[in-house]
Amino acid sequence: MASLAATFGRGAMTNHWKDIKNTDVILVMGANPAENHPCGFKWAVEARDDRGAKLLTIDPRFTRTSAVADRHMQIRPGSDIAVLGGLIRYALENDLHHADYVRAHTNATFVVGEEYGFADGLFAGFDEAASNYDKTAWDYERGPDGYVRRDPSLEHPRSVFQLLKQHYDRYTPEVVADIAGCTADEFLQMAEIICSTGRADRVGTIMYAVGWTMHTVGSQIIRTAAILQLLLGNIGRPGGGINALRGHANVQGATDHAIVAGILPGYLKVPTPPQTSLAAHLRDSTPRPLVADTVNYWGNYPKFYVSQMKAWFGEHATPENDFAYHHLAKQDGDATWLTIWDKAREGTLEGFVALGFNPLLAGPDVPRLLDSMSKLKWKVVIDPFMLDSAEFWKAPGMDPAAIDTEVLYLPSSHWIERDGSFTNSGRWAQWKEKAVDPPIGVQPDTWILSELFWRVKELYQAEGGAWNDAIQQLTWDYLNPREPTMVELAKEINGYDRTTGRLLSSFGELADDGTTTSGNWIYTGSYTEAGNQMQRRGTADPTGLGMHHDWAFSWPANRRVLYNRASADAEGRPWDQSRAGIAWNGREWIGDVPDYGRTTPPDAAGAFIMTEEGVARLFSSHLADGPFSEHYEPVESPSPNALHDNVAVNPVIRWYDGVRESLANGDDDYPYACTIYRVVEREHFVTSNVPLLVEAMPDFFVELPEGLAAEKGIPNGSQVRVWSKRGEVQGTAIVTKRIKPLRVNGRVVWTVGIPVHWGFVGITQGSMANLLTPFIGDANTRCPEFKSFLVNVERA
Amino acid sequence: MDISRRTFIKAAAGGAVGVSALGFDLRPAQAAVRQLKIRNATEYRTVCPYCAVGCGTIAYVHGSGGLNTRNTVIHVEGDPDSPINGGTLCPKGASQMELAISPRLRHQPLLRRAGAADWEEVDWDTAMDWFARKFKDSRDASFRERDDAGRVVNRADGIAWVGSATVSNEDAYLITKTMRAMGLVYIDHQARI
Repeated sequence: MASLAATFGRGAMTNHWKDIKNTDVILVMGANPAENHPCGFKWAVEARDDRGAKLLTIDPRFTRTSAVADRHMQIRPGSDIAVLGGLIRYALENDLHHADYVRAHTNATFVVGEEYGFADGLFAGFDEAASNYDKTAWDYERGPDGYVRRDPSLEHPRSVFQLLKQHYDRYTPEVVADIAGCTADEFLQMAEIICSTGRADRVGTIMYAVGWTMHTVGSQIIRTAAILQLLLGNIGRPGGGINALRGHANVQGATDHAIVAGILPGYLKVPTPPQTSLAAHLRDSTPRPLVADTVNYWGNYPKFYVSQMKAWFGEHATPENDFAYHHLAKQDGDATWLTIWDKAREGTLEGFVALGFNPLLAGPDVPRLLDSMSKLKWKVVIDPFMLDSAEFWKAPGMDPAAIDTEVLYLPSSHWIERDGSFTNSGRWAQWKEKAVDPPIGVQPDTWILSELFWRVKELYQAEGGAWNDAIQQLTWDYLNPREPTMVELAKEINGYDRTTGRLLSSFGELADDGTTTSGNWIYTGSYTEAGNQMQRRGTADPTGLGMHHDWAFSWPANRRVLYNRASADAEGRPWDQSRAGIAWNGREWIGDVPDYGRTTPPDAAGAFIMTEEGVARLFSSHLADGPFSEHYEPVESPSPNALHDNVAVNPVIRWYDGVRESLANGDDDYPYACTIYRVVEREHFVTSNVPLLVEAMPDFFVELPEGLAAEKGIPNGSQVRVWSKRGEVQGTAIVTKRIKPLRVNGRVVWTVGIPVHWGFVGITQGSMANLLTPFIGDANTRCPEFKSFLVNVERA
Repeated sequence: MDISRRTFIKAAAGGAVGVSALGFDLRPAQAAVRQLKIRNATEYRTVCPYCAVGCGTIAYVHGSGGLNTRNTVIHVEGDPDSPINGGTLCPKGASQMELAISPRLRHQPLLRRAGAADWEEVDWDTAMDWFARKFKDSRDASFRERDDAGRVVNRADGIAWVGSATVSNEDAYLITKTMRAMGLVYIDHQARI
């Protein structure tokens, strides 16, 4: 999601599930929605059947989505940027981009400073010692008015448009074929269909999931796709977009509400030590406009931040104490998943709480995780089911007597025993009713959390201890303080006018003077004086485009398609009248809830209100590893980097202690590419407790290409052993035609596929796929590289 | 008369609709079939717990709601009114009642002591006291009011909280609010993995 925010200003699926029916071309890449999001995928099938849309898949495997696609192209794991970069080149080379859109709604016209450059795999500003970039080398050039210099002709050699052309010019069909292992012909046939949408009367969508995020270049893969969709004029339009298909039922909502390192609810930022005052934090966090004609909506950051602190600390957050600025911890450095486990391994992390989460099976590098977990003093696991993570001390090969970690397991209640809302991948927050009470002996998460809070708070009152004003002063004015209701919390999230006590109806009402509260500004409007908007069940669809504004609540402001101002041209006329997102009628915008002022004239400001540029970023300094994307190999790769082997892998990834030694270094001991994936009968690990689903998909297996199986003497159905430098798995061989050998840089590469769903606690047991995966992550999100690593295989 | 698919089925099963509404008499057919098991159930509109498509579902619940009784889920199916799934469900969604009433659900807090080979049962009060004590002790041991440069950081580096992408927005918000107030920075969930 980091890359979508870096490009458009918000990190979320741009469109929504039903909107996919409005498209002409669907590219599914880094996802397998027929398998993993079946009921959302039916809208892609509907587009294909009703509109004659083309459905394309690009994947290391012929998936269940490929089975119903018009065309499939197999590529090697980790070669996505090469393919997408090739598509960018193809669109520009053949003049297939949507020129009016690009000029009106992207930063193609912006002029970049003289310092910027790219050579031998590195962008300007690289600091080898620190392994990072000094991003000032990527700054725009400023004009005499202090704003960015723009060239509407797009001919300036340092205009973003020209730099883009130049950067991706290396990604010829032949280079794509060499890196990805497809043929140039296959690629060109794909490119022709995908780039056919660069016109006002056609629109295409991209569906992706963790097949893109789980790489050391994951963010930049998505960036490349976002650039392509901008060039084709497909962002902000019904039937368009770049659609991140998220995994768990409320992974979007839990991210919005910031159970996430580094952010606070609503994508506000966690303060850092150098920000010694609220003013310093707000100054660093509030972007300043780069052009005169930008809404720069993040300019309202102080209103969102102060309103959140008022929601959390009430009368204890005052102008005199910087609205309780020091009640929140200052984060120093990274605090994400891999770093957490690195701290455990170092021995500085004492306690670990996992709620509704099975960290051990989630990986990566399970042998390393087991070692790290064993160094914790204590661990608490809260879940309706017993989890492998709670019983890690009896995992295969572990000696319980040697592990001193104390573990508490708490049985908590299920989704069906609670009310509250889930936000789906398309940003629709839907209220769910409680159907039954939890069984006797089981407690709701809210109760467990509240009891923990109160008991810790009371321990501090009784015996003192470390500074705890924030705990003592945290707002907790719930009718039953030991178990707040979902409605109370939903209202707190929405926020109030503190003067009148009225629930706010829009984040436009928020103020930075302490007179308003809002637990999460992007949800303001979800629970208003008019009632619970997330519970609405109106099915009307006046636009015929499936927006359903009366069904549930879609953040922000019940908007169904993000960036919808870009669905219309500079004068506010929809690019395609039959699929209008919003349209200017001379007085106001009609259609979807506009991503723009309702009465703001079309020429008043740029279409992308969340960027300081006012337009979308083809060139973006918001990621750590480059303003454009570049193909780097996975840290374990079966091939040299065909573009620049001296900089083979992403130069700014973080190497945790001991990781280099845990990787195969291009030797012949680990000759095969491997990728892990999911199947429709299972969802991660929880389904190992559901008898019907276990019966449907009982056993761990290894998907092996026919030719490789023949070479290795492995018959279909026999037991096979697969090992990486980190661990090994064993299971039934499924010998398949779904994976072909690929010719990569002149060498044959085989790919092996492994499903992720097994552990040692479920109804059936099987190898943990993450015994194999490397402990390394993306340069921006630190999402681990689960999708591409090296293994060896033999008959067991 | 507006008859949706579901009201039609319920009406037909209950025999409440006669010749005038449907144009034919259902009573002979009714005599030959069993009553639908959802006939006396209460409907609750909920959302599928698996992936992020967000399929609308209807849970059918039996029980009187009496003080000494417990209601039970007897059936879950797709909500035909939902614009997202229009009543359809995938294999996981269609079997979600088995998740709701799985025999593997646990009802007892358990504690594993250092070096122990197995769990011991503990009551909730003991469990929560243990949790709070560990939490406070590790917070106290790791808490830093100021960093080496003398700047206020008010941070507890000794505890991590992870999860969850499976709880409601409201619980997710309360987790963030509480753990940030405790001074934790090691906070993450499944989004990254």
